[in-house]
Amino acid sequence: MSPEPRLLEVRKNVLKQNDVIARALRDRFRAQGTYVISLVSSPGAGKTTFLEKTLTVLRPHYRVAALVGDLATENDALRLARSGAPVRQITTGTLCHLEAAMVENSLKDWKLGQLDLLFIENVGNLVCPASYDLGEDLRLVLLSVTEGEDKPLKYPTIFNGADAAVITKIDLAAAVEFDELTANANIQAVRPGMLVFKVSAKTNEGMDGFLQFLAQTHTRSSQNTPV
Amino acid sequence: MHELSIAMSIVDMAQEEAERRNVHIEAVHLELGALSGVVKEALLFSFEIACDGTPLQGSRLVVKDVPIEVYCPACNMPKTLASMQWFCCPDCGTPASEVIHGKELVITALELKQ
Repeated sequence: MSPEPRLLEVRKNVLKQNDVIARALRDRFRAQGTYVISLVSSPGAGKTTFLEKTLTVLRPHYRVAALVGDLATENDALRLARSGAPVRQITTGTLCHLEAAMVENSLKDWKLGQLDLLFIENVGNLVCPASYDLGEDLRLVLLSVTEGEDKPLKYPTIFNGADAAVITKIDLAAAVEFDELTANANIQAVRPGMLVFKVSAKTNEGMDGFLQFLAQTHTRSSQNTPV
Repeated sequence: MHELSIAMSIVDMAQEEAERRNVHIEAVHLELGALSGVVKEALLFSFEIACDGTPLQGSRLVVKDVPIEVYCPACNMPKTLASMQWFCCPDCGTPASEVIHGKELVITALELKQ
């Protein structure tokens, strides 16, 4: 007879370190009145083009900035900088996602009190970013019409963890026979009630509706900011 | 593949706890939610690598899968999802987006060497 194994009960959240930093960031953003939006998607879904357009349109009206995560290059940061907004690259090396500590380190000397909106573009990956809170107020998941309507079913975790979905490249929808109803049904299946925006950053179609939504959520959040 | 860095965190946390209590670890027990974003097989494989050259070398990772539990507004009670691809009450079909369980990534116990 082998004796009963001795169990020592502990209860430790493995991602506690990340969550603690993310919470501190969220408090800091809130105190400074900065509304933070993160973007996740697979590689090539159009995050950078969509964000460049968003920054360009918002810049005359809001104080905007962006952090962009990428494995190896600074190409995305250079593209985003064309919008005229302050942009910082986070080069992750071999890391397939951003973590809260990287966001914290990248803020460095930026005065958050002088920023209305901060965008964080995650590394192109529909798996790993799902596990890490970055302290953002709003997480957008992007899905391009060229990827297929079943992406939400293949990657339910990342879609479920986002607050709104953006279908990108809709100027190509007809060419790739994109089935919008199916895509929307799949999004609703893994995240009932999710808001879905359809945009083309190239032709501007749908951008107005998305930017209006952003302005509204930003206003709502700033009204709740403790003065 | 972020399971290796997660496995390393598990080893670090377990070791810290073991040193604090002056015990030796046979196995680490973990609750892993279906919505944690972590793949069990990859984590088990990574755990072995993460233990290499540490006092935990040769220890096991015992994973308890936590299914997704949502709150059904129609039935007014928690329900376990039948599928990750369908966030609806398995009994009445009402869409249910409020997740109660399934995001866990928690060390629950350390099994000690006798």
